[in-house]
Amino acid sequence: MQQEVVLALLAKEPSHGYELRARLRQALGPLGEAMNDGQIYVILGRLEKAGLVVAEQAAGLPDRPDRKVYALTASGQERVAGWLTEVSWPKPDLAEFHLKLVAAAAAGLADPLAIVDAQRRELLRRLRDAQRAAMAEPDRSAAGLLLEGIVLRLQADLRWLEACERNWTPRRDRS
Amino acid sequence: MNENADARVLRARGLRKAYGKGEGLVRAVDGVSMDVGRGETVAVMGPSGCGKSTLLHLLGGLDRPTGGDVWLAGQDLGRLGERNLSRLRRDAIGFVFQAFHLMDELTAVENVELPALLAGRSPRAARRRAVELLERVGLADRAGFLPAALSGGQRQRVAIARALVSDPLVVLADEPTGNLDSEATVEVLRLFESLHVAGHTLVIVTHDSRIAATADRLIGMRDGAFVDETRLTGGTTGNLGALAGLEG
Repeated sequence: MQQEVVLALLAKEPSHGYELRARLRQALGPLGEAMNDGQIYVILGRLEKAGLVVAEQAAGLPDRPDRKVYALTASGQERVAGWLTEVSWPKPDLAEFHLKLVAAAAAGLADPLAIVDAQRRELLRRLRDAQRAAMAEPDRSAAGLLLEGIVLRLQADLRWLEACERNWTPRRDRS
Repeated sequence: MNENADARVLRARGLRKAYGKGEGLVRAVDGVSMDVGRGETVAVMGPSGCGKSTLLHLLGGLDRPTGGDVWLAGQDLGRLGERNLSRLRRDAIGFVFQAFHLMDELTAVENVELPALLAGRSPRAARRRAVELLERVGLADRAGFLPAALSGGQRQRVAIARALVSDPLVVLADEPTGNLDSEATVEVLRLFESLHVAGHTLVIVTHDSRIAATADRLIGMRDGAFVDETRLTGGTTGNLGALAGLEG
């Protein structure tokens, strides 16, 4: 996870690590389940070293081992503001797959259509999982919105595979 | 009905369907064999023109094969005369089509109860069942509406309720989301999911990956033949978080 995500979650108010974790969980739903709880503290430690956050020991709550409250510094705030205006671009890894088909066909090593089929199987399994997770989310949940994004991405990938399939299907004279 | 003890509802062997002759011969379905188990959802996916609709028609007894056999619950469709075949279609198979095929002049509930009335059920029993099914597809409050007053997704849900009215052994769906926008597709997806959970047996032919992804088993079809088969159940090799750009 990016450091900026943790920074931005802190922008609301000075918070304990576990509060940030809860905010992440809320936004990610089932996708946050696999998250490593320690990761957020590792990131907070780095941010503290970099001077982007300060940690203060909070008093009381003897049952909570985690008594540090983290707050953004001025440069932390600046970084968050910069990150929010940044346009980030997803990195779809299409070229590798495309070149795999081209190379397989050129060398006669494998049937490009079999490669397309294998890829489709995996994408459909993921689509099934993402779709089920999305349908299990209540209406208008933040996590549901993220899952919808995954579903749409997978659909786009599957549509591209259809184009690959058409391209690599040997033309038959069917007249 | 001659019910087989095993769990196969639908079975096809060496199915073929050819149109035309000589130079113009088209093998729409070219040697297809498949088994569908009770309670299973199977999707057949392929580009348009691959023969998947023709296959569905052969499986549902809407069309006779050029060669090969279909058994529904152990009954050989090829051995049935027209009258028995149409009775089997009416009583044992539910059809869902891309274009809904609802009767425009009948209300939603009248559309749903029609096959039950044709099967000789009493009007009262047919109505009760139709109302129950409309409730199940979330359209109890639309029972008195004509199809023209319903959205595409609602029309397809009425058509699905109609397909279930005779408690069929299998529901055959031909591009059930083909005429629907994304939101209505989700309505139908949810409904198919609930049918699956309720133990219905479904065969869906489609090129819509979303509806295909609801299946337990997916069969790829090209040029009239099955070219690929896979189980979609049993999880993925990656986790969803990774798809969203989150590390585990």
